[in-house]
Amino acid sequence: MIQNRNLNEIQKELNSGKLLLVDAVKYYLDKISSQKHLNVFISVFENDALTRAEEIQKKINSGTAGKLAGLVISVKDVITIKDKLHTCGSKILSNYTSVYNATVIERLISEDAIIIGKVNCDEFAMGSSNENSYFGAVLNPVDNSRVPGGSSGGSAVSVAADMCMVSLGSETGGSIRQPASFCGITGLKATYGRISRFGLTAFASSFDSIGIFGKNDYDIAAVLEVISGEDEYDSTSAKEKVPEFTVETGNNIKPGEIIFGYAKEYFEDGLNEEIKNGILKKIEFLKNKGFEVKEISLPHSKYVIQTYYILTSAEASSNLARYDGVRFGFKSENHSNLEEMYVNTRSEGFGAEVKRRIMLGTYVLSSGYYDAYYKKGQKMRRKITEDFENAFKEVDYIISPTTPTTAFKLGEKNDDPLAMYLNDIYTASVNLAAIPAISVPAGNDSNGLPFGIQIMGKKFDEAGLLKVSKLFI
Amino acid sequence: MKEILQKYEPVIGLEIHAQMKTKTKAFCRCSTEFNAPSNSNVCPVCLGHPGVLPVLNEELVNFILKMGLATNCKIKERSIFARKNYFYPDLSKGYQITQFETPICYGGYLDIELKDDTKRKIGITRIHMEEDAGKSIHDFSDDESLIDFNRCGVPLIEIVSEPDIRTIEEATTYLNKVKQLLVYLEINDGNMEEGSLRCDANISIRKKGEEKFGTRTEIKNLNSFRNVADALEAEFNRQYEVIESGDKVYYTTMTYDATLKKTSPLRSKEEAHDYRYFPEPDLVYVEVNENKLESIKNELPELPEEKKLRFKKDYLLPDYDINILVQDKELSNFYEQVTSNLATKNEKTFKTSSNIILSEVLRVLNDEKIDLKNLKLKPVNISELIGFVSRNEINNNTAKDVFNEMFTTGKNASEIIKEKNLIQVSDDNLIIEIINKIILENKSEADRYKSGESKLKGVLVGKIMKESKGKANPQKVNELLDKLIEN
Ligand SMILES: [Zn+2]
Repeated sequence: MIQNRNLNEIQKELNSGKLLLVDAVKYYLDKISSQKHLNVFISVFENDALTRAEEIQKKINSGTAGKLAGLVISVKDVITIKDKLHTCGSKILSNYTSVYNATVIERLISEDAIIIGKVNCDEFAMGSSNENSYFGAVLNPVDNSRVPGGSSGGSAVSVAADMCMVSLGSETGGSIRQPASFCGITGLKATYGRISRFGLTAFASSFDSIGIFGKNDYDIAAVLEVISGEDEYDSTSAKEKVPEFTVETGNNIKPGEIIFGYAKEYFEDGLNEEIKNGILKKIEFLKNKGFEVKEISLPHSKYVIQTYYILTSAEASSNLARYDGVRFGFKSENHSNLEEMYVNTRSEGFGAEVKRRIMLGTYVLSSGYYDAYYKKGQKMRRKITEDFENAFKEVDYIISPTTPTTAFKLGEKNDDPLAMYLNDIYTASVNLAAIPAISVPAGNDSNGLPFGIQIMGKKFDEAGLLKVSKLFI
Repeated sequence: MKEILQKYEPVIGLEIHAQMKTKTKAFCRCSTEFNAPSNSNVCPVCLGHPGVLPVLNEELVNFILKMGLATNCKIKERSIFARKNYFYPDLSKGYQITQFETPICYGGYLDIELKDDTKRKIGITRIHMEEDAGKSIHDFSDDESLIDFNRCGVPLIEIVSEPDIRTIEEATTYLNKVKQLLVYLEINDGNMEEGSLRCDANISIRKKGEEKFGTRTEIKNLNSFRNVADALEAEFNRQYEVIESGDKVYYTTMTYDATLKKTSPLRSKEEAHDYRYFPEPDLVYVEVNENKLESIKNELPELPEEKKLRFKKDYLLPDYDINILVQDKELSNFYEQVTSNLATKNEKTFKTSSNIILSEVLRVLNDEKIDLKNLKLKPVNISELIGFVSRNEINNNTAKDVFNEMFTTGKNASEIIKEKNLIQVSDDNLIIEIINKIILENKSEADRYKSGESKLKGVLVGKIMKESKGKANPQKVNELLDKLIEN
């Protein structure tokens, strides 16, 4: 009844009385409880959601409902919701309840969105497979033996498996676009600063962005319109005016209006042949429609992964220092002095990947290594950003594969962190350059596994990305 | 120490941490109120909860710019914050937000004046913004510590001097000057005992005449002028003994024990911190443009040096009086309130006002151990008292007595003078009557004075004053006595 309909269509049915909001909520709650094996939700707000549905239904009936009335959304468990468990997929916060709402949550609630629950993710958003969660791995709904991608794996699956309409995820280096690609849905990462980070648990502050998973451009536009914009609680939030994305994306892009580019560096070794052919076919498709598509170069692409891991780990090592057992969260019982309390709390509370990155980050910031790693990393970040600035002088959008492979098997890369890190090879550059990008379903491989096409845009051109994404559907 | 000082000289630099009197904390909106119940001025931001972000308090920028301008600093158009990473339970986020590579104020100086009137210029390397940590309370129980986070996130500025200080007197004079400016600017309460002003001292020693600096040590957390002086002396002596015994001084962080009057290492080299400073990614640049700087300049209150010049010009006071009055902003304000209420304003009444304040007011403040703001006597009461002196209705000695009476009883000058009938006699006829009486009663002294024994005048005047119960106008007594003796 509501499957595969966008918010606009659902709102029409709600307004006409054909659909009751409580029934929509029940539909999603049923989907959640019938697919528990996918291990998507950490918390389900069944009662809250049903109560809210009744309240919002009254507003719908009286014509006073907010912009997002009818929207049922899940939230990655790194974004705070007042009085709700806030685990970040970690043992160290497994007993922690947040005391305040993230800015995005405040904005969603005030426009009458219904939050149905908080979803699983890699611990502190560190990972590309959603296997690094204290609450266990999330399974890919297309093939349960495979990973859904990460770190926002729970968000991607909650949408792909129809447990909600849209989901809020977050990414530091592809954590929305990669799982969107693996699960066959759309994932948008907005420009850094477009969406307030207040309430988003920090992994790497200068990279972290909240983003949106959905099945169609309209739903993503509707949520983006509500959660974007300057926030007095986040000094890095952008003052940039927020367009009416739902209106903007109603227009179609025509050949001659824009120029596409594709970076040759994104089609080299390591890219799965089937994905490569799939993306090249899309390029042909655009050309056949009359669009200009140019080959461009992003010469510093080969340094993206190194730069990304040095800088994000450095910031993470500092951001995660607050989890010390003193004020909140898990505290090891096993200690007889302060030093032991710190060491045991953090050793027992954090998982292996988080510890690996804290150690790496501590190392690259330590005196004697700062210049060789952190400072050099910052310089390279500047170079990578300039690559994009130069490219965007020639073209309006850059298209590429989202991931080098389709979803891999659970456990396949657990012993090889470097192979895992290479999953981010096409996505992390976007976070380094602080630009927006979207991943849209582009086809399936011979095993039936989905893969996405990535479109990268100029800063603050999310509306353009959403419009362009419609060309591929 | 004196003999050592002939061979060695100390090289000293001070780092002064001053808590800013902003209404709210540096990066959240919690109150900075002192003495609030423990952990009542806290929020998710200053407690370092997951997901929170700092937002810079603009008032803090205004405050530090005032201090920068008052200390002749250059101002950075764009400065950034950094994180100083270390673990301590009262440091909620596991890092302190501070400024590291680019402080907002840099390259300034202060002129100080020493007791022997020599002047010295002390360079100021930098002044930067940072946040304070909470307070650990260890003496509550044996196996637990308590933490009060009220102070966590309270803004501080750190004023770092060049190693330009060469004596302990220079160190305390410089510290006092910094404190005086902070108080004049109304950005800090100048209270070292309550910890709103704290000082770390860097000191090395070198043979006299040597150009090169020795290895310094840093004495942490000195909380009074006395401690700064004593700790520097103790550390100077310690370093002297180390060097004389043929050993080397190593860079260490020291702590000073005021009871033992000794410095000792705070932590060993193995425990030395690597703070892993890096730019704070949650905050944007601090921008200071010309307009902002101009408006801060316009907001600057009158500073001590300007005030001294004005006091000289407006009140014609001697330097000695001016220095004492201006040293303390409150005291100089008090003085100006007294003079503004005077019925007759002239050099004489201005000086009398200063005399009463410097001798009587300061004495009672000192005796009663109270602050000027707790003094019940108001400036206008003192102005009234000075009115009686300037009209020659009472003399200076009587004025002191009346002041004391005013202080103890709370009555005003006119009441006391009326009650005790203290108005001095200036009527020539009345005074002549008394003088004649005394001359008659003391014939031989009067004759000897007449024949040139001038020292006897004092004796005669004393007797006349006594006869008048202290009320005779002394000037008139002097004049009339000479006139009557001549005849
Ligand atoms: Zn606070």
